Amino acid sequence: MAVTETTITRKVVERASSGARTKDLLFRAALLLCLFVAVLFLGVLLVDVAIDGIPLITPEFITNFPSRLFAEESGIRPALIGTLYLMVLCAAFIVPIGVAAAIYLEEFADARRWWNRIIEVNIQNLASVPSVVYGILGLAFIVRGPIDIWGLGKGSPTLLAGALTLGLLVLPVVIIVSREAIRAVPPSIREGALALGATKWQTIWKMVLPGALAGIATGVILALSRAIGETAPLILVGAIAFRLTDPTIDGQFSALPIAIFQAAGEPRPEFQILAAGAIVVLLAVLLLMNSAAIYLRNRYEQKW
Amino acid sequence: MDGGQELAARPGTGSAPPSLTRVRTRRSAGEQAIKVLLAGAAVLSVLTTTGIVVTLITESSKFFGEVPFRDFFFGTDWAPLAGGASQSFGVAPLIWSTLYLTLIALIVAVPLGLGVGVYLAEYASPRVRKIFKPIVELLAGIPTIVFGYFALTFFTPLLKDVGINLEVFNGLSGGIILGILVLPTIASVSEDAMSAVPQSLREGAFGLGAAKWQVVVRVVFPAALSGIVAALVLGASRAIGETVVILVASGNNPNLTFDLSVAHQNMAAFIANVARADVSAGSVAYATIFAVGTTLFAMTFLLNLIAIRFVRKYRQVYE
Repeated sequence: MAVTETTITRKVVERASSGARTKDLLFRAALLLCLFVAVLFLGVLLVDVAIDGIPLITPEFITNFPSRLFAEESGIRPALIGTLYLMVLCAAFIVPIGVAAAIYLEEFADARRWWNRIIEVNIQNLASVPSVVYGILGLAFIVRGPIDIWGLGKGSPTLLAGALTLGLLVLPVVIIVSREAIRAVPPSIREGALALGATKWQTIWKMVLPGALAGIATGVILALSRAIGETAPLILVGAIAFRLTDPTIDGQFSALPIAIFQAAGEPRPEFQILAAGAIVVLLAVLLLMNSAAIYLRNRYEQKW
Repeated sequence: MDGGQELAARPGTGSAPPSLTRVRTRRSAGEQAIKVLLAGAAVLSVLTTTGIVVTLITESSKFFGEVPFRDFFFGTDWAPLAGGASQSFGVAPLIWSTLYLTLIALIVAVPLGLGVGVYLAEYASPRVRKIFKPIVELLAGIPTIVFGYFALTFFTPLLKDVGINLEVFNGLSGGIILGILVLPTIASVSEDAMSAVPQSLREGAFGLGAAKWQVVVRVVFPAALSGIVAALVLGASRAIGETVVILVASGNNPNLTFDLSVAHQNMAAFIANVARADVSAGSVAYATIFAVGTTLFAMTFLLNLIAIRFVRKYRQVYE
């Protein structure tokens, strides 16, 4: 009796496990297929853009102003300069405010208080508000609205307005990543400083922030690379593709995504392909920034 | 976190610990000022939301002063930029195109994104994960305008080559590429959720004789369900609010139809298109930006709150 029972059980187990093995393989294959499709899309996209765009990259393409008449003379100078300006101004805006907000939420805020909870939920929520809505805010509030920051005649879209709009857009990213970096600094570091008689702010400034610096820098670079890739908010605040002078902070401006957008909509193929050239330049800028982020993380990351 | 207070509350610091924090020297006044400054920076985020809401409400109320509520929400003819009698403000086609394109995107992104998420969380060896996770993140880091260009100049011609009859600007190409765009969101949020499931649950299931796929499908997946729902909701919210892919690849007309071979315009693309058309501030056409923007914001806001709730739920269970 006992013997048959054993054999039956073993048979059942074997059958079940052999069926399971096939299913396991199929399941695994399906998952791999998903990963393959995702990677394939990325690969095809990059190769397609590279094939179209890389032959266009010449010194003239970088330094020329755009042209409506001759595709081969058209360049992206104002767009590239505009993007670099936007990046710097945006950084000047988001670094102090983002880090300050992160310090407040990690070091000072009592998470049980309702107002701090509101701030927290609010930041999470802002992180996934569509970028075009930030564009609306920029258009109505900064360009045409109550905040007259440029002081040079209302209603004119300026680079500064664009940078502020992008800054508001990526501020949640900076705050969220900086908070994680600050949280990663172990409490013992703070306790040590406090025990030696440092005030709370001295502890934060001299001990916590240096320890969190690599993480914060990575977050800022990530945020900036998101900011300079955004198109919709810049369309809303009135960036224009055809600028025949270099951009200034208080004047009209162009940016790489706008140049790409404009070129992609061109009916003439020789102009449309210029978009690929601008994409290659934009991706190159993003690649540089991300390499910088990786370098910073490896070089300055603290191990506790 | 509250190191200072802990320190003050420690026994041996005297009979009245609160007095330690209440001493007002010049130094502690400075500390207080710093705290206020920092809090001010955090409050800016709330002001941003307030700014968005105030802008949308005040400007939309101007719009609804001119166009009746009923015409906007229940009209089926959308021609806000047309002149004279053919101007019409029925937002239904715009909402339809938005939801329809989002549906197409999710049909692409949900199986692929979850597949990638499950693979990276449950099957990939640390070495494989180290290679493919950054690749998926790279996909998330590519500017959306690049996806738009790709959809218009590569993917639409490709679909035509395989025999699908499409107009130059169509919903199919835009919708599928939109799906590829939200794939990394779904993959990484669902991967996080599954990684947060404790190892003991898997070991328990293995101990009962379950095969790997059974453990994944019947144990890990249900255990991570709230996080996976959050991933889907966030993905949907991203797809609803995406602008340039649709603007570049799917054209400038919303269409109240199931036909994907024709142009479709979502709400975000409409907003960008009006802004680009340089309509004069104060006109009704300009005000439609805000009416449509309010509708879009309300939809994504609701989805985001749902997602935040679900994320919090799975964090609470296992952390």
